[in-house]
Amino acid sequence: MVKLTQRLGGLVLRFAAFCAALGAFIAMITSRERSSFFVLSLVAKYSDLAAFKYFVIANAIVTVYSFLVLFLPKESLLWKFVVVLDLMVTMLLTSSLSAAVAVAQVGKRGNANAGWLPICGQVPRFCDQITGALIAGLVALVLYVFLLIFSIHYVVDPFLLRKS
Amino acid sequence: MAVSKLALVASSGKSCKILLGLRLLAFSATLSAAIVMGLNKETKTFVVGKVGNTPVKATFTAEFQHTPAFVFFVVANAMVSFHNLLMIALQIFGGKMEFTGFRLLSVAILDMLNVSLVSAAANAAAFMAEVGKNGNKHARWNKICDRFTTYCDHGAGALIAAFAGVIFMVIISAVTISRLVQPNKCCSTAASPSVAP
Repeated sequence: MVKLTQRLGGLVLRFAAFCAALGAFIAMITSRERSSFFVLSLVAKYSDLAAFKYFVIANAIVTVYSFLVLFLPKESLLWKFVVVLDLMVTMLLTSSLSAAVAVAQVGKRGNANAGWLPICGQVPRFCDQITGALIAGLVALVLYVFLLIFSIHYVVDPFLLRKS
Repeated sequence: MAVSKLALVASSGKSCKILLGLRLLAFSATLSAAIVMGLNKETKTFVVGKVGNTPVKATFTAEFQHTPAFVFFVVANAMVSFHNLLMIALQIFGGKMEFTGFRLLSVAILDMLNVSLVSAAANAAAFMAEVGKNGNKHARWNKICDRFTTYCDHGAGALIAAFAGVIFMVIISAVTISRLVQPNKCCSTAASPSVAP
């Protein structure tokens, strides 16, 4: 009975992480806004900034990986490999989220010392959608940290609770 | 006394020496990244205009504190190097300590957290440095590396050291996690009966 709740808890966490990563991916991809500025028109897309492209790619990888691991059978020997892959995916999520937040913060506040003006005043809806995508990425990261601890407890059994 | 403890560490298995060497490398890489970025500062005087016949000069400074990503970079690398220092000290001076289940697990979890931390810091600084080097014509952000070349070079060196630290920390974390599955000689000198074969 304990094993069933363990397995169910792992599945629920992984499905939630899959949804969060998918939401971050979709929110970032569909962010696009055109703003006119007298004669000039500025189109803000996510692909203008390299950090957002990396965020999109990383969340796509995480989405596909979560979907595949959802269907891994319980007795498979690949679970030990899943622990390693979970660690790598957590690292990928952390780095992509951190890079995207660093660049988005410059877009929102600007950098007075470098003479970079903030762009959020001109494209507010784009900025809001990017913020939403980053929050979804943060949720996916937190869920994956829990999943990593969960995988280690379930597979590696560090407290040696199983008698075999 | 320290020499005898070092001899104890060196004689207790090849994996111990490898782990110690890796931790020393990671410690030096992250510490050098933190120090180089922390001391990164360049001041330059530019001519910004002319008043009549005399040029008007203004002094600009490029410091690491201007960019929050670089501040995070310095702090995170300092924290990770401190963690590695603690683990090195534990391995050298804690030779008689028995590694029961929870201690191994806490070392593994701490290593994983520090891997995430240093990779996040290195990545954020890398993408901010890319914006500073190439500019962004869509957002009309000018590049600054053509004016402050020394600042950019030092920043690049710190980034390379930090990414080397990331690679070493990943290997260390993998080794520590594998020690959870198969405790080997490096864990304790006295055989602990709680470890199942």
